[in-house]
Amino acid sequence: MGVMLSVKNLEVYYGSIHAIKGISFEVEEGEIVTLIGANGAGKTTTLHSISGLVKPKSGEITFCGNDLRSTDAHKIIQLGLAQVPEGRRIFAKMTVQENLEMGAYIRKDSNIQEDYERVFQRLPRLKERRRQLAGTLSGGEQQMLAIGRALMCNPKMLLLDEPSMGLSPLLVNEIFHIIRDVNESGVTVLLVEQNAKKALEIASRAYVLETGAIAMQGDADELSNDEKVRKAYLGG
Amino acid sequence: MDFLSQIINGLGIGSIYALVALGYSMVYGIVQLINFAHGDIIMVGAYVTYVVLVVAGAPLWVAILASILFCTFAGVLIERVAYRRLLNMNAPRISLLITAIGVSIFLENLSQLLFTSSGKSMPNLFPNQLLGLGEVQISSISLINISTSVILMVLLQILVNKTKIGKAMRATSEDADAAKLMGINTNTTIAFTFGIGSALAAVGAVLYCSAYPMITPYMGGMLGLKAFVAAVLGGIGSIPGAMLGGYLIGIAESLTKAAGGSQITDAVVFGILIIILLFKPAGLLGKNVQEKV
Ligand SMILES: Nc1ncnc2c1ncn2[C@@H]1O[C@H](COP(=O)(O)OP(=O)(O)O)[C@@H](O)[C@H]1O
Ligand SMILES: [Mg+2]
Repeated sequence: MGVMLSVKNLEVYYGSIHAIKGISFEVEEGEIVTLIGANGAGKTTTLHSISGLVKPKSGEITFCGNDLRSTDAHKIIQLGLAQVPEGRRIFAKMTVQENLEMGAYIRKDSNIQEDYERVFQRLPRLKERRRQLAGTLSGGEQQMLAIGRALMCNPKMLLLDEPSMGLSPLLVNEIFHIIRDVNESGVTVLLVEQNAKKALEIASRAYVLETGAIAMQGDADELSNDEKVRKAYLGG
Repeated sequence: MDFLSQIINGLGIGSIYALVALGYSMVYGIVQLINFAHGDIIMVGAYVTYVVLVVAGAPLWVAILASILFCTFAGVLIERVAYRRLLNMNAPRISLLITAIGVSIFLENLSQLLFTSSGKSMPNLFPNQLLGLGEVQISSISLINISTSVILMVLLQILVNKTKIGKAMRATSEDADAAKLMGINTNTTIAFTFGIGSALAAVGAVLYCSAYPMITPYMGGMLGLKAFVAAVLGGIGSIPGAMLGGYLIGIAESLTKAAGGSQITDAVVFGILIIILLFKPAGLLGKNVQEKV
């Protein structure tokens, strides 16, 4: 069990806005680590820096020994790092099946068929809708599709950006169940959430992000009992 | 049956608009850029055909192939040199539009420099006969145009809907960042789209030269504009829409001329555009799939 993803002294600017102010964190193989923080704290910016959609000003990002900052965004998934972006970002005008095909875009092996079945087994609601346009799915189904799509490349690690956003409590439970399930099948998870309560429940470790800096970090259990965390993120 | 003949005539010229409109529509679909230089690709295609066929004396099929390859290359090169940096920097659309106009003027001036501004006349490319089908008179050129456009449209639909690169094009056009996360090289995909659009414009150029055998550095202007109108009319971004728009404009022109209105055909074409957009702002086949959240 070694460090899989490591971020060191990351600095990101949007023009003159200093969005990420020198954060460092690590995710070890097999873990679920969560990055929690309020709206605008810099969670999405952090994930986008990892996946190459945003170019940081300085810092190091290493995944399985590869320097991600010098890797083109479209090549990062080939290293085994997949992302479920904020707001799902499924391809609405393509069918469910085609969305999953896009998830398997980089694959050249012939076991893809089995992986569709595996994804459908895990997310049975998608199976009956596989020929439907993804834009016609409900919010929860779209989130499941976004997760299924990311799993189609058989990633070593999954980055999830607020998968519970806009979903009913029941669906949130279902999504978190799926995330735990995916992790137990051997996929390391970095989970970004505003829903700190739920995220701390399934994570082993957590980092708290406040206005672009890491304010606290530690075991998820410890943090969920911490007075400050309870006040600020768990509603007292 | 004169009416039917006019319709087929219109479909014949409309096929050319349709082929050119596809390029506007596909490029707009993928990068939301109105590539005003696209019309000038027709002119480039026409001159390449002329040079290979008349100046070099090669057979027609060589000239057509050369024209298609050259235009494909030109389309990819224009994307690479003029647009890619702006697209990757997420530049305002207005900057892209101005760049496109710049490229258009550049191409027109370049061909004026190379070939002077006086027109060149093209020999007959295809057999031009009137075929009588019962009462209806159809020119062989119309038939060639219509069948070429239909075949290419079917091939294009297969490309976009069934192949891996086609699906990558659709994914990129919907959400380029999400496409990158899937491992799609969006730069290559966009360049490919420019290439395909330009290849179709080259075919349009050959058909145009066979119907109107006079080529000038500025021939792409009005033709490009009408093809653009066709793309908007059909619903820009929609491939069947571009075809439909092209055919409708061709028919409208042909009927206006037949009714004795040769002087006002352009006014009729643009009038139709304005009226249809008033009722269907997204164009005839432009659809807005609502995302449910
Ligand atoms: N594209 C952008 N341009 C300018 N500022 C941005 C952009 N994206 C995010 N920001 C700013 O960066 C900060 C962090 O945003 P973000 O990473 O989206 O936070 P979170 O995901 O935690 O809600 C916010 O202040 C936000 O306004
Ligand atoms: Mg966010």
